Amino acid sequence: MPRSARIFSNTLLYTALALGALVMIIPFLYMLSTAFKGQVYVLEVPPSFLPEQPTVQNFIDAWQSNNFSRYFGNSLLVAVATTALSTLVSAMFAYAFARFNFIGKNLLFYAVLLTLMLPNLMLIIPEFILVKNLGLRNNLIGLVIVYLAFSIPLNTFLLRGFFEGLPRELEEAVLIDGGSYWTIFSRIVLPLSTPALATVAIFTFLFAWDEFTWALTAIDDPASRTLPVAIATFQGQHLTQWGLVFAASLIAIAPVILVFITLQRYFIKGLTQGAVRG
Amino acid sequence: MRSLSIAAPTSPPKRRHLFLTPYLFILPAALLFIVFMLYPLVDAFRISLYDWKIVPGANSPFVGLDNYTRAFQDDVFWIALRNTVLYTVVTVPAQMILAMLVALALDAVPRGRVFFRVLYYLPVITSWVVVSLLFKYMFDSTEAGIINYFFMRIVPVLHEPVPWLREAGPALIAIMALGVWKGIGWSMVIFLAALQGIPHELHEAAMIDGANGWQRFWNVTIPLMRPTIVFVLVLLIIGGFNVFISVYLMTGGNPVHRTETMLTYMYNESFNFLEFGYGAALSYILAAIIFVISFIQLKVLRNPVEV
Repeated sequence: MPRSARIFSNTLLYTALALGALVMIIPFLYMLSTAFKGQVYVLEVPPSFLPEQPTVQNFIDAWQSNNFSRYFGNSLLVAVATTALSTLVSAMFAYAFARFNFIGKNLLFYAVLLTLMLPNLMLIIPEFILVKNLGLRNNLIGLVIVYLAFSIPLNTFLLRGFFEGLPRELEEAVLIDGGSYWTIFSRIVLPLSTPALATVAIFTFLFAWDEFTWALTAIDDPASRTLPVAIATFQGQHLTQWGLVFAASLIAIAPVILVFITLQRYFIKGLTQGAVRG
Repeated sequence: MRSLSIAAPTSPPKRRHLFLTPYLFILPAALLFIVFMLYPLVDAFRISLYDWKIVPGANSPFVGLDNYTRAFQDDVFWIALRNTVLYTVVTVPAQMILAMLVALALDAVPRGRVFFRVLYYLPVITSWVVVSLLFKYMFDSTEAGIINYFFMRIVPVLHEPVPWLREAGPALIAIMALGVWKGIGWSMVIFLAALQGIPHELHEAAMIDGANGWQRFWNVTIPLMRPTIVFVLVLLIIGGFNVFISVYLMTGGNPVHRTETMLTYMYNESFNFLEFGYGAALSYILAAIIFVISFIQLKVLRNPVEV
């Protein structure tokens, strides 16, 4: 293509991309500006993007009122516990699928694949009854256990694919030297799999941090709420205090966006791993 | 593996150890998976056969398949199914086509790929709760709602504000707009990775053969991306049938059940009306639909020949 034609087509492409990107981020900008508005300006006509008298009052109110810092802590605790435990047990599970033979291996693996396809939400009724009978309602442990179960299938599936691609020679050398499979797993397989583990950990954290429906169902006690439920309830309670709702929302999504921007490549890897290989 | 077969006969204790090893590795995850995933899966079916009473001590009569036949005679069930299918049929192609266009554009430009990828991906990583509330605010029924304002003043196609979330049709449009907006980035990232994996030689060869851009797209790009496209399609359709949080928070299935989807109806019946047996039957019907559709797609669309 001649140079002028290329410059023309690039300009066209960038313009289209920029317009699309604008549609993607305008809602965020609107949320940001609303969070900095005083209550009187929230539903003004015409709607404005630049608050006339910007104020951080909404953020202060959101953080201090309604136990919000507690919800933040609950979410953090649940998400960190789920991520650490799920990554470890899924990695062990996946390693067994990749390297060992055991009774019921195929059956178990098909069961994992089946649950990958089914909506988690279809389990919410029996899960509710089970957790209730175990006395784990209104308990963050009840959240962590169910999040673990929900996240194990996908994590196992992704890690099994990665482990199968690792060379076996190193592992066999350890065995000959008298090392156990646990040594191989913890000293060789896990360190070699850092990128895959990071990907799995990030996605698990995101899932546990954002999960809404199970937390809404399992937790009645306001003190044990997590952020997504707290924000939704917040909106119900303060029907038109959108500034407050969005200040709370921004506090909740800020860590996610930060993690995403710094660890982007792991996100992309996680998405494209299973997909592109078909 | 040779070392194992040599070592094994000489050291029987180690052999027993080796026999146990796999089970120790699977123990924690398998236990969680079986107790909190497989057991509930079976239990949901059992519950669906009863007029289940959650109240302690109350007797739950066995009703056979009554909960299933009830669904087929329930008008709201059909509304919920129709809305769910509509949501999927509209949002899945819209997401895929827009995502493909963005991916093609990003593949073609010399710089700025990472920057644009972040912007398009922001909605994907933002929680459903937050974006649902955000869209609820943007689709406010008065002129102060930014969407109404935009279509009345900036691009004046409306003469008066649309009561977006108060009427079924407009509410479904708002919900679908959210679904497409939030989903484009996900498909786009996957498409872009696949596009960048296509060897340049293939395009060059096609160019030498005189193929224009359009022909290269249909005869080189699309066939090579087929597994990726099928993967995205299958997952998006599953996701479409699972639409829940946006509907639950934006309309709650209202006005009078007219924006209900399969999962919101299941959830409302179960946890607002305590119809657990009926709710469980609804989830089994949904799971069966998803399972059949995914199975057919994988059978029909998956390319049997490795490219």
